[in-house]
Amino acid sequence: MSRSAVTDSRPQSQQVKGSGSLLRWRLTRLIGPSVLLGPAGLWLLLLLVVPVLLILRISLVPGLRPEQAITNYGLDNYLQILQPTYLRVLLRSVTFASGTTALCLVVGFPVAYWLALIAPKRWRNLLLVVFILPLWTSSLLRTYAWITLLRTSGVINLVLSSLGLPEQNLMNTTGAVLVGMTYSFLPYMVLILYASLEKLDLRLLEAAADLGASPNVAFWKVTVPQTLPGIAAGGLLVFVTSLGDFVVPTLLGGPSSMTISRLIYNQFLGVSRNWGFGSALSIVLISAVSIAIALLLKYGDRNPDGFS
Amino acid sequence: MFQTASSTHAPAQEQAISDVELRQVSKIFDGEVAVRGVDLSIRPGEFFSILGPSGCGKTTTLRLISGFEVPSAGDVLIQGQNVKRTPAYRRPVNTVFQSYALFNHMTVWDNVAFGLKIQGCNRQHLQKRVKEALQRVKMETFAQRYPTQLSGGQQQRVALARALVNRPAVMLLDEPLGALDLKLRKQMQIELSTLHRALGITFVLVTHDQEEALSLSNRIAVMRDGYIEQIGSPSEIYERPNTAFVANFIGDTNLLSGQVEALGESMRVKTASGLQISVDSNQMQLPNRYQATSVSVRPEKIHLSSQRRPGVDNCFEGRVKHMMYLGTHVHCVVELTTGDCLTVLQSNQPQHRPDAQMPVYVSWSAEDCRALAA
Repeated sequence: MSRSAVTDSRPQSQQVKGSGSLLRWRLTRLIGPSVLLGPAGLWLLLLLVVPVLLILRISLVPGLRPEQAITNYGLDNYLQILQPTYLRVLLRSVTFASGTTALCLVVGFPVAYWLALIAPKRWRNLLLVVFILPLWTSSLLRTYAWITLLRTSGVINLVLSSLGLPEQNLMNTTGAVLVGMTYSFLPYMVLILYASLEKLDLRLLEAAADLGASPNVAFWKVTVPQTLPGIAAGGLLVFVTSLGDFVVPTLLGGPSSMTISRLIYNQFLGVSRNWGFGSALSIVLISAVSIAIALLLKYGDRNPDGFS
Repeated sequence: MFQTASSTHAPAQEQAISDVELRQVSKIFDGEVAVRGVDLSIRPGEFFSILGPSGCGKTTTLRLISGFEVPSAGDVLIQGQNVKRTPAYRRPVNTVFQSYALFNHMTVWDNVAFGLKIQGCNRQHLQKRVKEALQRVKMETFAQRYPTQLSGGQQQRVALARALVNRPAVMLLDEPLGALDLKLRKQMQIELSTLHRALGITFVLVTHDQEEALSLSNRIAVMRDGYIEQIGSPSEIYERPNTAFVANFIGDTNLLSGQVEALGESMRVKTASGLQISVDSNQMQLPNRYQATSVSVRPEKIHLSSQRRPGVDNCFEGRVKHMMYLGTHVHCVVELTTGDCLTVLQSNQPQHRPDAQMPVYVSWSAEDCRALAA
């Protein structure tokens, strides 16, 4: 059936009228979608598309500083990223983000599993609120709380020394960054995994047991594949947010753990003040994240008809 | 007679161990009793049905056999082994679920191969058996499809193949045809029956469809409120129901409540309305005089005539209140002079087509009715 045959639901008498009424009818058909999508569309256009295009333009101006007029264009900013120092920063950022994602998954999956499948039904909502409670406080505040735990005269070292154990240098380490970021983003992971596990058809687990699968085998062959869309979505969200986070690496990572987001911050608001380079870094970050999302959408769901 | 034919049909040897045995099994959920002291013994190779209305405990009984429920009391034996404490995944049974419960993240082939892979079956052997199972249910051309791409009937076949490929000691079927439309259901019933004969495996079917149970089973257990009301071959259940519930649930029947009036050679039941019904002594379940009882007469056993028929045990006068033309049959409601109403089913022949309001005589012989516990 042709498209117009499906959408054209006017009575016959109206169709034979002049082309003026046809045009009016077409216009009225556009009002609905524009009312529904208009505000959000405008929002996205003004606050996402336009700024990204501005940043793309600035990234093509070699070493543009604030208040400086644009004189020439070139790819110098992008070539600068290829210097080993900055490639190391990129690699470190990806390592932090992947490490955080893996830790969130390992810590978050059992929590989400327990909440969705084992915890008593009437307590579930309350328990879920308890788990996402940290999201309601400022992330800056939460990160400062980690400093009081990890610093040289902090809570952990006080406990260690009172037990007669040597003090540990915990601040400004990769471990501190991973712990801090995992703590910050775990609630997102738990929420998404919970939503996915809650929809899990328990009859499939019975079917697996019926066919001889022990609970362990059934978990890997049924539960995990069935919740794979949730695992992918949660992983992507945590990966993207931790890649863009600069609060935790700045406060807990110290000067040695420079990440791409800290680097961007420095170019715009920190000491470097190189808007051109900062914009190029931003474009690289945005592209990397977009590619990751696109790959997930394309290959995340291999079943042609889809299941969720 | 029909009964004897069906009893030779049952492939049981009395001394063989039962494939499935339930001994005084009960199951209580949060204070609600779902199954009460059920005793069952299912013979090897038998097609056994558990029949009853929804909420009678039939599915719970099946889940006690498959191991998804642990009995609150009693023992479950499979091929002589007490499996009361054996988890579902170690029991030699496979289930076809009402919802099919196919793994939608796997192809049809992987669904069917699932059980064999877990058993650690070698590659060649696995491929041969999966192919064989898919052929058996005529789904071999759909091997690479996903379950969501199949129709309900096709999913049903995959679910069957996924269970039978493991060659279980017992196949458990939980209302497997419930979600199919009538025509497909009839077709699948025939295929189930063929499959049962070809495989020689014990089938345990749970259903609320009495026709399905009658047409497929060697024996049927009728359940009600967690109890087993009666176990017997389809003809036993239909021709000689033990209780009014069974008589009413399996097919249509006329129930006339009354009291046992006379015992001995000529047993009689007298209804409150004053009918005196002769019941064959073999059909009498109740030995006590004055005991309350219900007499069950099947509509097709009642004879309609315009004159009183001499020499018939039970013959009463009445008039046709309603008549429904059903094509092969004519369905009448006859109101007796005593006020009792009887449903009568007559084959469609000119002499059996009375007009409404016509005075008629209904008659049936003593052995065609049965006095049951009220």
